[in-house]
Amino acid sequence: MKTPFYNLHVDSGAKIVNFHGWDMPLQYSGIIEEHVNTRLNVCLFDVSHMGRLEVQGHDASDLLQMLLTNDVSKLDDNHAMYSPLCYDNGGIVDDTIIYRIDRKKFILVVNASNRTKDFRWISSHSTSSSIRDISNTTALLALQGPRAIEVLESALPGLRLANIKPFSFMKANISDFGKKGLDRMEKEKRKEEMKEEQEEEKSELVISRTGYTGEDGFELFFDSSRIDIWKKLMHFGIPFNIKPAGLGARDTLRLEAGFMLYGSDMDETTTPMEVPLKWTVKLEKPAFIGKQALMTQPITRKLVGFEIFERRIARHGNRIFIDGQPSGHVTSGTYSPTLKKSIGFCLVSPSVSPGHAIEIEIGGKKYKATVSTTRFYKRK
Amino acid sequence: MLEGEIRFSKEHEWLAVKGQGIATMGISDFAQKQLGDIVSVDLPRVGSAYNQMQPLAVVDSVKSSSDIYSAASGEVVEVNEELIEHPEFINHSPYDLGWIVKIKLSNMKEFEQLMSKEEYIVFIGEIERKEQESTDLPTNGRSK
Repeated sequence: MKTPFYNLHVDSGAKIVNFHGWDMPLQYSGIIEEHVNTRLNVCLFDVSHMGRLEVQGHDASDLLQMLLTNDVSKLDDNHAMYSPLCYDNGGIVDDTIIYRIDRKKFILVVNASNRTKDFRWISSHSTSSSIRDISNTTALLALQGPRAIEVLESALPGLRLANIKPFSFMKANISDFGKKGLDRMEKEKRKEEMKEEQEEEKSELVISRTGYTGEDGFELFFDSSRIDIWKKLMHFGIPFNIKPAGLGARDTLRLEAGFMLYGSDMDETTTPMEVPLKWTVKLEKPAFIGKQALMTQPITRKLVGFEIFERRIARHGNRIFIDGQPSGHVTSGTYSPTLKKSIGFCLVSPSVSPGHAIEIEIGGKKYKATVSTTRFYKRK
Repeated sequence: MLEGEIRFSKEHEWLAVKGQGIATMGISDFAQKQLGDIVSVDLPRVGSAYNQMQPLAVVDSVKSSSDIYSAASGEVVEVNEELIEHPEFINHSPYDLGWIVKIKLSNMKEFEQLMSKEEYIVFIGEIERKEQESTDLPTNGRSK
């Protein structure tokens, strides 16, 4: 599968990889360069491979409240929330971001690898809400970095982007891209007079202050036909040193920021209590799928961070040794361009805490490492 | 580019001999581009002997770890210790600052049977052609 922007990526020299069936850019200029530019300036990521599911109906909120571990009833219109979905046994179906459009309409952004599974899982629990996979008709771009707001302000003059708080979003009109504020307001007036619903949906741009990099930034949802939006963001970003970035930098950025990746750091066999997602499990909610298991199960392992003293990079599956005994495994490992260190996450016994000395087996050799929190980087 | 005769292996190592049967070895420009940003190199010990095609070093890029094979049999007489602090030399200067080891060759015939520069250019042209047909690139190297 290809996102609407595939040809643009190839034209700009991206190295393409297959990611869960999607031909995605791994990198353009280089993972480290793209990573550093996201931390210092701004980068544009095509994340259209992520699944987007629309849940609509009178009981949409109740349905999600039953499926998600987090408390969706706390979510206002135009706000978003992070939450896992669990099975009865507490194992994680997926981790998602839920956007509340209004009382009866939500959009879930799910992992590319879980799109079909999630669609079936949610549909199978729905009584009257309709579940629609809108991934193919919409595009999703992530504009990330401290200068992301300046890029968007240049592209959409007159919009008050500072009003969009983290984990909230606003709607704009896509045809306003590059238009002066005054023109936009005039059009807004005319649009109100017209009220053409179908057209409106096609021209709608959702700007959400969310991301997966640990930096300030925005995610933009819009109709998949509008590939010009990529070009325009790259154009308006020139004064702010914008660069395109691929999945390689997305992975190093999320690891530094302490964000887990489904399929590597968690899956159907891990629970939110084992990986550091306890904060997303609201046991005070009357009922939700997995509640019983999550309340009663003993916790036998937990996900922590590590730093290796030498430069070798640990990879998923490498074994962890404590006092010479096999004691868990690496779930993610990479090189941190910010810290200039080898970092990662591993699943170990719950008694292991930051500062603990461990060894990680890489290519048959053991390397000394120290346990840390999962958050390696926090922006100022 | 180093002086002397240069030969290439199918695993994208280069070997340059400059008198006395001592060969300098590294990885090709094509290989470093495939690997992307190199962040660490695991070097062999000086004095250890390797047969042709035996793994001798490991390079970690951000995305993968890859074995570097000995392009010919021999004994490691020197390693590029600068790579420990500056593994990125392999990316920026694969044929010069980014050399990996020097090997005392035990069999010159092995060296002569490797690909010449011209043959190697044809060889990677073939790989690039195949790659264009299928965009699937390996995303992970040896270790998982």
